[in-house]
Amino acid sequence: MIEHLPALQVVIPLICAPLCMLVRYRDWSWIVALFGSWACLVISWLLLQQVMDAGVISYHMGNWAPPLGIEYRIDFVNAFVLLIVSAIGAVVTPYARESVRAEFGTNRIYMFYTAYMLCLCGLLGVTITGDAFNLFVFLEISSLSSYVLIAMGKDRRALTASYQYLVLGTIGATFIVIGIGLLYAETGTLNMADLAKRLADEPVSRTVGAAFGFLVVGISLKLALFPLHLWLPNAYTYAPSVVSAFLAATATKVAVYVLLRFLFTIFNVKLSFGVMPLDTILLVLAVIAMFAASAVAIFQTNLKRMLAYSSIAQIGYMVLGISFANINGLASGIIHLFNHALIKGGMFLALGCIFYRIASVNINDMAGMGRRMPWTMGAFVIGGLGLIGVPLTVGFISKWYLVLGALERGWWFAAALVLLSSLLAVVYIWRVVEVAYLKPAPDDAPNIEDAPPAMLIPTWILIGASVYYGINTDLTVGVAKQAAQQLLGVGL
Amino acid sequence: MTAVGLYNYWIVIFLMMAGFYIVIAHDNLVKKIVGLNVFQASVFLLYITFGKIDGGTAPIIADGITIYSNPLPHVLILTAIVVGVATTALGLALIVRINEAYGTIEEDEINAQDGES
Repeated sequence: MIEHLPALQVVIPLICAPLCMLVRYRDWSWIVALFGSWACLVISWLLLQQVMDAGVISYHMGNWAPPLGIEYRIDFVNAFVLLIVSAIGAVVTPYARESVRAEFGTNRIYMFYTAYMLCLCGLLGVTITGDAFNLFVFLEISSLSSYVLIAMGKDRRALTASYQYLVLGTIGATFIVIGIGLLYAETGTLNMADLAKRLADEPVSRTVGAAFGFLVVGISLKLALFPLHLWLPNAYTYAPSVVSAFLAATATKVAVYVLLRFLFTIFNVKLSFGVMPLDTILLVLAVIAMFAASAVAIFQTNLKRMLAYSSIAQIGYMVLGISFANINGLASGIIHLFNHALIKGGMFLALGCIFYRIASVNINDMAGMGRRMPWTMGAFVIGGLGLIGVPLTVGFISKWYLVLGALERGWWFAAALVLLSSLLAVVYIWRVVEVAYLKPAPDDAPNIEDAPPAMLIPTWILIGASVYYGINTDLTVGVAKQAAQQLLGVGL
Repeated sequence: MTAVGLYNYWIVIFLMMAGFYIVIAHDNLVKKIVGLNVFQASVFLLYITFGKIDGGTAPIIADGITIYSNPLPHVLILTAIVVGVATTALGLALIVRINEAYGTIEEDEINAQDGES
């Protein structure tokens, strides 16, 4: 049993998806999804322990030896990402029961859980696989199901948002297939470890260069790197609350992981940053994302859209860390991947609680919300502090290592820009605090209770974790540093 | 290799650019899906081309045959075709729902309606 954990990680949600469809009745399909997502969390936790104790796990799917067979290869990097994705899934599922009931027609609820399980399966599959083409297939499983999830939003604009995402996402995925195809044409293998070995020995040919370009652009579309982020704001704004929280915390994070995997494991640092000038390109795009997206976030009246733009800015921080290509930089990227998943997941869940009560996430309806829904608003504000990077929250830890990485690389101006852009986050979080706490509620505001515990507890688990891991950094920093060392191939 | 190279690759590039252009330039949502399909088809052709060996045949062991084409890219493309079909189906389903909600499938008219509300 224990040696088959890597396969079960993907197979359990894959089986739960049709089960949700078969049981049909909404609470039963919820129980199936709950079982699936919690089982995934347990498995990913066990896998991380195994990696910590015994090093890299290599699982041969169907007992076919790599490089011909499909290999699942788990090292520190993807064990950590697996844990993040499945933890978010495990927290979001209990929350989903109330929220989905309020936002969906009752006869569509089981379809939601089906698509949700497929999405989880795809995201975990992308992360765990050691085969380049397998990665594309899982990427499409997760993307197709997330288009469905987004289209389930109540507003009709959810449909156009989903369509826009479908077109851009498919272009991104097709670029990735072209890249993988060109790599196969050059090396004759699809196994990542094997690809890495063969690419390291050869001088960079034009085929490899073209493959590199296609892959970087395709993955950047999936991770919404500025200026390829156009699909993201609408998709997150009009998706159902649960979906926004789940996708914001996982989908782009997995895309960041894929970028790390391709740049550092398959191609090597010499190729990615020496032969190709990718560090400069990523640096410039990341800095623009940090400033432009944060500035746009300040002017949004829809809070979900504000958080969506803030996500683009936060992705900028992760990519900035990657562009440093040193241990601290990479570690900050990976730490922020984890931290941002907690913060943004928690904040979107808090907005879901507000939407559950007042059916609006417009800033003009937030007046007096600090007193009307104290627990929900409290979670939102603590999450906001994390986005800014206040000490004692996880955001501070990420920015600390980001600045260390920048200084180590000698790019002190990048360190200054990180701090400067944090001020923009102060502005857009303060706007909400000001309205929610300093403005009195309008006289005709109906008396509302705080959100039900089934929604508040998951929200606070994520927000609580974002404070806990800001104080106790053993797990995140320890694992992220080892992951960064593994990616850079030093000090194993 | 001649100066032009394998003409298959030129077809691939032409289809790729044509499909990509349709996706970008057209406002009609169905036409965008068609463009996306042409774009994907170019990739199928790309894979199949580099799996093929001059004079090679299907990889079945038989007397007197020594050159086989590489079957792996062909099999990969079967998977990619399935993904493409799923994407097209989902895209068309979304267009049906968009048509029900907006009464049009022209992007500019949809944007105009969203701008009013």
